[in-house]
Amino acid sequence: MRSALSRRADTGTAGDARTLPAGPLLLVLGIVLLLALTAAVAWGSTSVPPAEVWSVVGRRLTGATPRPGTDDLIVWQLRVPRALLAALVGAGLGLVGTAVQALVRNPLADPYLLGISNGASLGAVAALVLGLGTGGTLGIGLSGAAFAGALATFALVWAVAARRGGFAPLRLVLAGVAIGQFLSGFTSYLVLRAGDEQQTHSVLFWLMGSLGGANWDLLALPALAVPGAWLCLQARARGLNALLMGDETAAGLGVDVTRLRRELFTVTSVLTGVLVAVSGAIAFVALMVPHVCRLLVGGDHRRLLPVSALGGAVLLVVVDIVCRTAMDAQELPVGVVTSLLGAPALLYLLDRRLGSDS
Amino acid sequence: MRIDIEDLRVAYAGRTVVAGAHLVAAEGEITGLVGPNGSGKSTLLRTVYRHLRPAAGRVLLAGTDIRELSSARSARHVAALPQERGTDFELTVREVVAMGRTPYKRAFAGEDATDRDVVARALADVGMDGQAGRRFTALSGGERQRVLLARAFAQGPDVLVLDEPTNHLDIRHQVELLALLRGRHRTALVSLHDLNAAASVCDRLHVLHAGTVIASGPPREVLTPPLLAEVFGVRAAVVDHPLTGDPLIAFDHRTPAQPKQEVPSWR
Repeated sequence: MRSALSRRADTGTAGDARTLPAGPLLLVLGIVLLLALTAAVAWGSTSVPPAEVWSVVGRRLTGATPRPGTDDLIVWQLRVPRALLAALVGAGLGLVGTAVQALVRNPLADPYLLGISNGASLGAVAALVLGLGTGGTLGIGLSGAAFAGALATFALVWAVAARRGGFAPLRLVLAGVAIGQFLSGFTSYLVLRAGDEQQTHSVLFWLMGSLGGANWDLLALPALAVPGAWLCLQARARGLNALLMGDETAAGLGVDVTRLRRELFTVTSVLTGVLVAVSGAIAFVALMVPHVCRLLVGGDHRRLLPVSALGGAVLLVVVDIVCRTAMDAQELPVGVVTSLLGAPALLYLLDRRLGSDS
Repeated sequence: MRIDIEDLRVAYAGRTVVAGAHLVAAEGEITGLVGPNGSGKSTLLRTVYRHLRPAAGRVLLAGTDIRELSSARSARHVAALPQERGTDFELTVREVVAMGRTPYKRAFAGEDATDRDVVARALADVGMDGQAGRRFTALSGGERQRVLLARAFAQGPDVLVLDEPTNHLDIRHQVELLALLRGRHRTALVSLHDLNAAASVCDRLHVLHAGTVIASGPPREVLTPPLLAEVFGVRAAVVDHPLTGDPLIAFDHRTPAQPKQEVPSWR
């Protein structure tokens, strides 16, 4: 009896982490991204041979005179910006998801939890309904309004979360969710008031996320914000790791936790604002990509951040191909496809993982 | 390195939890903090590893106020083992231990040979070197605590600060962990619930009561029946341990302590 008590079995002998080496995986993801980008530019209502795609791009990049014709127009003016926007937004969503999950120490968190995208959506919808945008297209004015909405929400959530010191995860999430719900109530009200069917349609399209507004001008903001945010986060990768273990542990490792949280909240808010401003609210990518990548390369942010960025880019480029080619007459909003793919994939992964170790 | 805590006052959640504590953790000794729940042990330790800021008073590390050091610099001298357990983020045992190198690394810096060496040695020190690739969350409570201790070792500290390191461990793992701690011969400041463990492991004890240190000294001098009655509210006899000769506190689990009496000062 005594020995049975003292020999309490050690549980959890299974659970060896089987992860892939990050270097080769990044290389593979890079190659896959190039292939996906090529496919995205080649495929569509009018197909362009991949060789022609690269010849057009090559001529444009080297500054040679573009050959006049529809291929140049389709490739360079329409599809390349759209494919690049998909890649940038996907990478951004992968990064922002990774950062938010560490920020609030919850592997199932996503940036919508902090209310920022609700604010951005409200800004965009207000602009549409009040006639600041240009009809159905996602003009620069609309993006500006969305970004302004994101920053205003960021300031509001910050003010609530930072009151009485501390940026504790729960406080941040509660502030974000409460303010986000409040703002989305406003958005619904504006949509109902809009009346005009065409306007309502474009608002809904926006809320579901779309890359349809892509053009070279629209690329400038995410082209700066996404690599910038990646550098900011990569520089803090060890701090992000420490946060996973808890605030006290992080403090004991010499991390200034409150400052790090402020920095992370700022980076994720600005990046979320930019992403929603150029592509609407695309669901599930920011939640799912870091989660899947963590299963592939483990939780160390020094590897997880670049893998999530590339993984998100590949995913969104591929999803956008589906959105453009699935239905003949009409494009699918990208958020519809990410939800349809993402939810079952996530359930499958969760099920597999929970089955394996508990 | 020694730690001097001078007139430390710390407020936590709007309440003064540590109210003017003085104590010394001498170089090369294991210094124990004991006291009932809410007496301020964890809060005091959190101030030493800089999770909390003191409202007044100082924590001196070899004579230097730790607030004059950057947080990374003091983390190279003081490693903490808080009561946190971490959450499920797919970290491996090795990755958790490698976190101990955080205070030595600049942004973007990778692991160098020293880091790998230190991490490997820390894993070997706690007997987890064969399990470096396992998922941290798949470990048992005893294994986790050993890994977290290895992370503290990997920090290469002069002082270890441990908050209830044996909590939630079964007796075998408690003994193992404390043996690991004793085997290091390193300055340590450790809070312990188990007074018998404290009596046999610690060189000196400080008894915290309502946020102040009310008794300090070697375990045998500090853990007396009157103090146990007053501070912990229990009746107990202190005898010699038949195997080790350490003080052994035999609690009376049947009768609560007598109503409050005037306490002499033990300082």
